Amino acid sequence: MTASTVLQSILDPAGPQAAYISRLWWLMLWVTTIVFVLVLGFLAAALLRRRRATSEQSLARAVVAAVGATVVILFGLLIASVWTGRAVASLGATSAVTIEIVGHQFWWEVQFDDADPSRRVTTANELHVPVGRPVVLKVTSRDVIHSFWAPNLHGKRDLIPGYTTAIWIQADRPAVYRAQCAEFCGKQHAHMALDVVAETEAQFERWLDAQRKPAAEPANESEARGRDAFMRRQCVLCHSIRGTLARGLVGPDLTHLASRGKLAAGTLPNTRGHLGGWIMNSQEIKPGNLMPPNLMTSDELQSLLTYLEILK
Amino acid sequence: MNSERELPPVLVDEAQLERTWADEPGLAGWLTSVDHKSIGIRYIATAFVFFLGGGVLALLMRIQLARPDNAFLGPDLYNQIFSTHGSNMMFLFAVPILQGLGIYFVPLMVGARAIAFPRLVAYSYWLYLAGGIFLWVSFLVNVGPDVGWFAYAPLSETLYTASKRPDVWAQMITFTEVASLAVAVSIVTTAFKMRAPGMSLNRMPIFVWAQVVTSFMVMFAMPAVMMASTALILDRLVNTHFFDVERGGDALLWQHLFWFFGHPEVYIIFIPGTGLVSTLVTTFSRRPMFGYLAVVLSLVATAFIGFGLWVHHMFATGLPQLGESFFTAASIMIAIPTGAQFFCWIATMWSGRLSFKTPFVWMLGFFVVFLIGGLSGVMVAAVPLDIQVHDTYFVVAHLHYVLIGGAVFPLFAAFYYWFPKITGRMLSEPLGMASFGLFFAGFNVVFFPMHVLGLHGMPRRIYTYLPETGWGSLNLLATAGVVLMTFGVLVFIAAALRAWRAGVIAADNPWEAGTLEWATSSPPPNSNFVHLPTVAGRDPIWDNPPDQPVVVGLRSDKRDVLVTHVLDAEPDHRTIFPEPSQWPLLTALATTALFIGSIFTPRAVPYGAVPLFVTMTGWFWPKEAGETGTQQWPIEHRTLPRPNEEPGKAA
Repeated sequence: MTASTVLQSILDPAGPQAAYISRLWWLMLWVTTIVFVLVLGFLAAALLRRRRATSEQSLARAVVAAVGATVVILFGLLIASVWTGRAVASLGATSAVTIEIVGHQFWWEVQFDDADPSRRVTTANELHVPVGRPVVLKVTSRDVIHSFWAPNLHGKRDLIPGYTTAIWIQADRPAVYRAQCAEFCGKQHAHMALDVVAETEAQFERWLDAQRKPAAEPANESEARGRDAFMRRQCVLCHSIRGTLARGLVGPDLTHLASRGKLAAGTLPNTRGHLGGWIMNSQEIKPGNLMPPNLMTSDELQSLLTYLEILK
Repeated sequence: MNSERELPPVLVDEAQLERTWADEPGLAGWLTSVDHKSIGIRYIATAFVFFLGGGVLALLMRIQLARPDNAFLGPDLYNQIFSTHGSNMMFLFAVPILQGLGIYFVPLMVGARAIAFPRLVAYSYWLYLAGGIFLWVSFLVNVGPDVGWFAYAPLSETLYTASKRPDVWAQMITFTEVASLAVAVSIVTTAFKMRAPGMSLNRMPIFVWAQVVTSFMVMFAMPAVMMASTALILDRLVNTHFFDVERGGDALLWQHLFWFFGHPEVYIIFIPGTGLVSTLVTTFSRRPMFGYLAVVLSLVATAFIGFGLWVHHMFATGLPQLGESFFTAASIMIAIPTGAQFFCWIATMWSGRLSFKTPFVWMLGFFVVFLIGGLSGVMVAAVPLDIQVHDTYFVVAHLHYVLIGGAVFPLFAAFYYWFPKITGRMLSEPLGMASFGLFFAGFNVVFFPMHVLGLHGMPRRIYTYLPETGWGSLNLLATAGVVLMTFGVLVFIAAALRAWRAGVIAADNPWEAGTLEWATSSPPPNSNFVHLPTVAGRDPIWDNPPDQPVVVGLRSDKRDVLVTHVLDAEPDHRTIFPEPSQWPLLTALATTALFIGSIFTPRAVPYGAVPLFVTMTGWFWPKEAGETGTQQWPIEHRTLPRPNEEPGKAA
C-alpha cells in the first residue's frame, strides 16, 4: 500500500481531468462572485439612493446593457464549459489499461481485462491503477443504478443495468483516493465506497501478477479446517475463491481478500476482528446488505479467519 | 342605454348578492363549498401544515447527520424520511400552496366573481387532501416511500423494493397531479375568460401571468410524470416491463420521463414565486412595474426553455457529448430571462418610492438567496462541473437556494402582504422582521456549508458517513442552523395566530397597492365585488379615473358571472355558475378509493370505476331550466359611473 489516504475532494485534483474541472470551478466561482457582488451592489444602491427622478429611458438603457452583459458572460462560460468538456472526455491515448467495474448492492466488482482469459483478474472494492497511464473504465451494473465517483480524479459516471459505458481516468500521484457511490442505490448507499490505489507501474504490475495467482493453499491444519468451514457453510453459495470449488458470483471475489485494505466496500479496516464481526453478523454493521448472519462456533470462526488471512 | 330585449334586473341588492354567493351554513356548507376563497384558504393552510411536517422530517435528517456514524436513525427510516421529505415538499407543499394562492387571488385580481369551474376546483382540493393524508399515513405506518422523490427504476421495481412503498409514492403522484391539472385549467380559464372589462391581456397583473404560464407548464409537464408513475405501478402490479431491465425494460426511459416533468417542476414552483416578487416590487416601490412586457415575455421564455433542460439531470449517465452540450447551452440560456427579470425589478425599485414593510423585506431575502441559487445553477449547467457536483451536497445546497429562495421567501412575503386581505387583520411588523431575521440567518447557516461539503465529496442521500471523511464539523454547523430556522417559523406562526385573533383591523388597501384584490373589502365579500369593476390601466386602483364605470346588469339572485373575450376582455356573455354541491367531495372520495385500491389489486380499477361513474353522474345531472350553468343571456354590457349613485337604478 502506498502513501497516506487522500479523501475525496474536487478541489484537490490528482489527475488531468479533475485538474481541468477544478480550473473551470475556480473560473466559475470568480465570475459568479463578481456577478453576485455587482447585482447586490445595484440592489443596495436602488434601496439606499437618494430619491431623484430617473428617466424611464435611462433605466431601459441600463437594463438592456445588463442583459447584454449577462448574455456575454454566459456565452463565455458556455465556451469554457464546452472546451473543458472536450478536454476531459478522453485522454487521447492509443493504449490504456482497461478495467471493468460492475456495480452491485452495495459493493463494486472490479475486473482486469486480458486477451488471455486465464490472466483475467477479478477483485472487489479496490481499484489499482498505474500512475501516469490512462485507464479506461468500462462500467455497468448487475442490479440497480450506481455511480462511480472518485472526485480527485474525475466526475461521476453512472453504472446503469443494461448499458455499458466507458470513462477515462488517470492518476498523476501515487496515493489512495476514495471513491463513493453517488447514485442512491438502496439501504446501504451510504456504505458503498471503493479505494482507488494509484501506484507506480512496477508496483502495479507486481500487484496484478499476485492477483492472477489462484488462492493460497492451506499450510496447516487450522487453515485447512477454515477452508472446510468455508466450503461447508453458506459462504460458498455467494463467494468465489479461485483455485477452489467456491464459484459463487453473488458476493465479492475473495481469492485475495487479505491483500485488500478495507472490508465491506470501504466501510471497515481489514483486520481480523472486523472480519470476524462482519462474518458473524454483518447486519449489525451495514444493515440491509445482502449477506446473511452466520452462526458458528468460536473455533470454527477462528479457523475460518485464519484461512481467510492467508488469502493474500 | 335602453335595450329592446328584456334584461334581468340590474339593481345590486347587496344583501341578496351576499346570500346568493354564500356557502350553506354549518359543516355541510364547509363540505359543499365551491367558493374559490374558501378553497384557496384550505389549500394554503393544508399546504402549510405539510410544510411544517416536511420541516420536521428535515430536522430529523439534520440530527442524524450532525455527527459521523450517528445511530439516531437507521438506513430504513432515514431513506423513508428523505424520500417523504422531498415528495412532500414538492408535491404537497410547493405546488399546491402556490396554486392555492392562485385560486384565491387570480379571480380577485382579474375582477371576477368566482373562479372558472368551481366544482372542479373543490374536487381538486379534496383529491389533494386525500393524496396528502395517504402519503403521511403511509409514512406513519412505516410504508413511506423510500426510493427517493425521483423513484429511479429499477430500484423502485418489485425485484429490489418488494414493499408497497414505491406504490404509495407513485399513487400520491397521481392524486396530486390530477388535482393540479384541475387547478391549472381553472386558473387559465379564469384568467383568459373572466377578466374585468378593460383588462386586456397586456394589462393583466404579472402575478396572474405567472399563474397562467405555470398552469400551462403543469398541463404539459404533469402528463409525463403521471404516465411514468402509472407505468411504474403497472410494472409492479401487473408485470408490464417498462423499466425492469431483467425483462427487457429500460432504466434510462424512467429518467427521461421523470425529468421531462421534474425539471419544468422547478419552474412550476419558481415562476409563481417571481410573479409574487413582481407584485411586491410594484406595490412597495409605489410605481408601475418597469419593463412589464419584458417581464411577461421572460416568464413565457422561461417556461419554454424550461422544457429543454431535463437532460442536465442525467449528465452522469454517459450520453453523447453533442447532446450534453445542447442541454448545457439551454441550461445556461435560461439564466437570461431570469436575469432580465432581476434587472427590471432593480430598475423598478431604483426609480420607485420604497416602503420598507415586512413583505418587502422578506422579498429582499429572496433577492440574496435566489441569486446565489441561480448562480450555482449556472455552475451545474456546465457538464464537466456537473459530473463532479451532481448528487452531492453542493446540489442539495443549490436546490434549496433555488426553491426556498425562489418560492418560500416570496411565499412568506406574500403571507405578510395578503394576510390583511384574507383575514381583515394586519400581522405584526416587529414579529415579521424577527421571523425574517431568524429564518434568513438560519437558512444560510444550514445550507451554505453544504456547498463546501459537496466540493469535499459528500454524496446526497447517505444516512451516515465515516469520521475520517472530515465532513463532521460542517454538518454540525448545518444542523445548528436548523434551530434558527425553526424559531423563525415558530415566530411566524405565533404572529399569524395572534393577528388572527386580535390583530389590528386592516383597511381595504393597507399597502396602497394598485391591483384589484385591494379594490374590495378586507376580507372580500362572498361575491368578491359588490360592483364588478372595470379597468383603465395595468394597476387599476392607481390608473382608474374617479368616474371609472362599474359593470351592471348582472343578477343578484343568481350566481351570475360575466364572461369576456380573451384578448381585450370585451364582454362576451353571462353565465350562471353552480351552487354549492356535495358531488365534488363524493367524486373525490370515489376517486380516492379507486387510486388506493389499485395499489393492491388491478380489480380496483373496474370495480372502483362504478362509484366514480355514479358520483360523476350526480355531478353532471342536468339542472332545471334557469339554474343551469350553460344557459346564457344575450350580451348587454352597460357601465354606470361611481361613486355610489345607486348604479343599478339608472336602468
